[in-house]
Amino acid sequence: MDFLRPASWEEALAAKAEHPTAVPIAGGTDVMVEINFDHRRPEYLLDLTRVGDLYEWEVGEDSVRLGASVPYTRIMENLRAELPGLALASHTVASPQIRNRGGVGGNLGTASPAGDAHPALLAAGAEVEAESVRGSRRIPIDAFYTGVKRNALAADELIRAVHINKADGPQQFSKVGTRNAMVIAVCAFGLALHPGTRTVRTGIGSAAPTPVRATVAEEFLGAALDEGGFWDSGRIIPPSVARQFAELCSAACNPIDDVRGTAGYRRHAVGVMARRTLMWTWESYRGTDRATEGAA
Amino acid sequence: MRTNGTPTQLTQGSRTRGGIGESTLRPDGTLKVTGEFAYSSDMWHEDMLWGQILRSPVAHAEIVSIDTSEALATPGVYAVLTYDDLPTEVKHYGLEIQDTPVLAHGKVRHHGEPVAVVAADHPETARRAAAKIRVEYRELPVITDEASATAPDAVLVHENRTDHHASHVSHPNIVHRQPIIRGDVEEARRRADVIVEGEYVFGMQDQAFLGPESGLAVPAEDGGVDLYVATQWLHADLRQIAPVLGLPEEKVRMTLSGVGGAFGGREDLSMQIHACLLALRTGKPVKIVYNRFESFFGHVHRHPAKLYYEHGATKDGKLTHLKARIVLDGGAYASSSPAVVGNAASLGAGPYVVDDVDIEAVALYTNNPPCGAMRGFGAVQACFAYEAQMDKLAAKLDMDPVEFRRLNAMSQGAVMPTGQVVDSPAPVAELLRRVKAMPLPPEQQWLTAGEDADVRQLPGGLSNTTHGEGVVRGIGYAVGIKNVGFSEGFDDYSTAKVRMEVVGGEPVATVHTAMAEVGQGGVTVHAQIARTELGVAQVTIRPADTQVGSAGSTSASRQTYVTGGAVKNACELVRERVLELGRRRFGTYHPAWATAELLLEGGKVVTDGGEVLADLVDVLGDEAVEVEEEWRHRPTEPFDLRTGQGFGHVQYSFAAHRAVVEVDTELGLVKVIELACAQDVGKALNPLSVVGQIQGGTTQGLGVAVMEEIVVDPRTAKVRNPSFTDYLIPTILDTPTIPVDVLELADDHAPYGLRGAGEAPTLSSTPAVLAAIRDATGLELNRTPVRPEHLTGT
Repeated sequence: MDFLRPASWEEALAAKAEHPTAVPIAGGTDVMVEINFDHRRPEYLLDLTRVGDLYEWEVGEDSVRLGASVPYTRIMENLRAELPGLALASHTVASPQIRNRGGVGGNLGTASPAGDAHPALLAAGAEVEAESVRGSRRIPIDAFYTGVKRNALAADELIRAVHINKADGPQQFSKVGTRNAMVIAVCAFGLALHPGTRTVRTGIGSAAPTPVRATVAEEFLGAALDEGGFWDSGRIIPPSVARQFAELCSAACNPIDDVRGTAGYRRHAVGVMARRTLMWTWESYRGTDRATEGAA
Repeated sequence: MRTNGTPTQLTQGSRTRGGIGESTLRPDGTLKVTGEFAYSSDMWHEDMLWGQILRSPVAHAEIVSIDTSEALATPGVYAVLTYDDLPTEVKHYGLEIQDTPVLAHGKVRHHGEPVAVVAADHPETARRAAAKIRVEYRELPVITDEASATAPDAVLVHENRTDHHASHVSHPNIVHRQPIIRGDVEEARRRADVIVEGEYVFGMQDQAFLGPESGLAVPAEDGGVDLYVATQWLHADLRQIAPVLGLPEEKVRMTLSGVGGAFGGREDLSMQIHACLLALRTGKPVKIVYNRFESFFGHVHRHPAKLYYEHGATKDGKLTHLKARIVLDGGAYASSSPAVVGNAASLGAGPYVVDDVDIEAVALYTNNPPCGAMRGFGAVQACFAYEAQMDKLAAKLDMDPVEFRRLNAMSQGAVMPTGQVVDSPAPVAELLRRVKAMPLPPEQQWLTAGEDADVRQLPGGLSNTTHGEGVVRGIGYAVGIKNVGFSEGFDDYSTAKVRMEVVGGEPVATVHTAMAEVGQGGVTVHAQIARTELGVAQVTIRPADTQVGSAGSTSASRQTYVTGGAVKNACELVRERVLELGRRRFGTYHPAWATAELLLEGGKVVTDGGEVLADLVDVLGDEAVEVEEEWRHRPTEPFDLRTGQGFGHVQYSFAAHRAVVEVDTELGLVKVIELACAQDVGKALNPLSVVGQIQGGTTQGLGVAVMEEIVVDPRTAKVRNPSFTDYLIPTILDTPTIPVDVLELADDHAPYGLRGAGEAPTLSSTPAVLAAIRDATGLELNRTPVRPEHLTGT
């Protein structure tokens, strides 16, 4: 196994172009586990820890450009206002030690349905900035996950950053695990209200072969809120609407039975989380400060 | 030494500090917390090789062929051994029944069974070479439960059994069967006003110790081998290792190296023989360290169990009878299954007075992972069932569950279903009273001064699944009974060597035993005993090795009792000799040498009235006093194979818990808020250590209540979650406050009146949590661990 250590982004792109099978490693949360378990033995490891640019973020007018290696701890500490859903998700990643190392780039690179960041990225509506020696492109998050642990990256591409719109309304994230910390998601749910566009976006983790949105549920809720004039009145959402939203979120799942939980439980739990996060975000939206984070 | 020999200062003797009853600090504590403690996996030797084990990928198969040629040809590989390379006729080992092949012979019986071993100059080379060994398997049907094990055409897991249990079991796939029959259940049933029945399932728990199996074998010039290893009982290992190597025991010198937890999982051999075989074959030191994945296959687990219980009671709440059947899955090899059966059966009625009892416990041979010793040892599974039954009976009688238990609680003088009279304090009712009397934790602790909920206080924790929605509190109680020490007539002795001499102008005691310090704090206690008995400040604890006699196993809550007893006994013998020496030297100078009760305190010989007769430095002079002596607790006897009657246990230990839980009833997530415990320990030699044991045992019981389970595929008998990714153990956020109330009611049969403490809290913790979850949800919950699916019906 060769260990490639580019000193700059350009060198990293060149190395990836030369060795398309090279596995990028930054925090090592996923890659090192796979190597230690002997699940994969890559020919080349492409160490990105010397590329300082990847550890930086910029807060722009409308969006945040989040470097691929910005550790979850930094997101929790510094981007809570701008990216509340992702900050809540970051809280649930593994242990403090791992949150100090791991970043969103790793979650995206692995593209496991259980990655904690995915539901928040889907709900917020992110774009992945991918780059190769051939050039740079932005991949909408909806088109990024292409299969179980597969993504839309070309073999010579690396993830440089993620662009996420700054929250224009409350966002929430919930994750079910069978212990109260340091647990891989049995299933997870992200919800973002977008009052600017009067839309709602969702993200579901660990309940389908890829992270998915509950688009039918989003459309149903969007229409219900619009037609009832809820965005303007700030009235309480009727339980029947919340219930149907929850059911549609459950229906968006395509889960499996595995050692962590049953398919039936996953569907059920996604529905409960959908209903609860809707209540929390809507309560925040109704609040005077129009907070960007549900009460958490 | 002064020339005239007369003590010049007859001042008051100062009490020796750091003796028993004080919370002296453990010597390994700071090192472990700061990461400096050397564990067995940290050992290093110049020129050493790394051993790697090839394990079976299937649970039950004939081995058609093994081809090691490609592995052997790998550069850096020094040896590849299979069954055919074993040097002597002894090719099997086992704690009670020698049924476990050192390397698989013709057949594998469980997923992960060792098939071959490799030694190479780098661990990765060894791993890759092991992967190049070609083994052809012809798969056999798997035996996974009682029905498949005892079916008329069942494949026999072990053919041609000749062990001492083979003759009294009804099927060769049953390892051992122990009935306990007392009174007349049929007759007593007629007196019952209410009868409750239950069928309970206990999942497979793992010890999940943090330091994986590891050790270093160094070949010696005399043809022997020095083995440094983390284990629970050096001499039991030695007894099993030496014959396989074809060496006399004195040529296999074992030294305990740093142990990272045990909980029963190191009673059976793991890498010991393999490392020695490779070292002797290659002539080089060989180190073997399992990784976490391998560790899940490298030791036995707690027996999963199915338990069928029927209890009756009169309308005024008195138990009439108990009929129970306990089926333990022993997996592919016997390990300590027979003793686990004895415990489950003899303790199957719990700490209750019930005169008419019919209990049967069996352990099966299956193709599931081998199961054996784990903290609580058969008593844990039974406690889960009988405590659920107590709640059901109380509910049916419309009685308070604690009151119902207290009505039936045993006390000193009670007769066990084995006919054994409980001849020391058994404060069962008092323990229950105490946990019930403790103040309850405040409601809704997640509510904070601000508007936001503190999710850390809620089910789901930081995963942010509820801010109070769906959360219901529940409270549950449980109490348990555990035997202390090895039972059923086992010669359960320990050996201690104690030496006293003057070093650097100070009297110093040296304690040498073969006791495995696995984290329980035994070395701390030995130093305390030596200070108390010998009146010295300085005590040196020699490393545990096989150069001294056996200390028995660090299990069964027995080490403070038995090796502590041996150290106390050896100290007393040393003291007698020291006093003899004093009498010889100074007896003529003071009449008290001949007439008074003399003690050693504060480095001096004092009378029981406190008068100082001599400095120990002067008494000892240049002489060293040394004693090595075996010590035994009172003998026990086997249970009758037909009736289960017999004085089987040396001592009983009791703990009670009150669990307070909060359950998210919609998501099926549980937060244990508090687990209050009351336990009688006879005498707390080190109160801080005792509380640590109780809190640790309590947490291990919590683990198997809500998360810990090795999941075995019932179709293939393969383990599905052999890693800490999916075998979950409690984190600090899952661990509740654990208020502990320690009682000290002396057992007159035991040294200092102490009572083994390590296991009892592991028993009652689990059923208390389950009772609390039942209280919160109204669900029956006959299985542990409880999973979200069980709570949500999904």
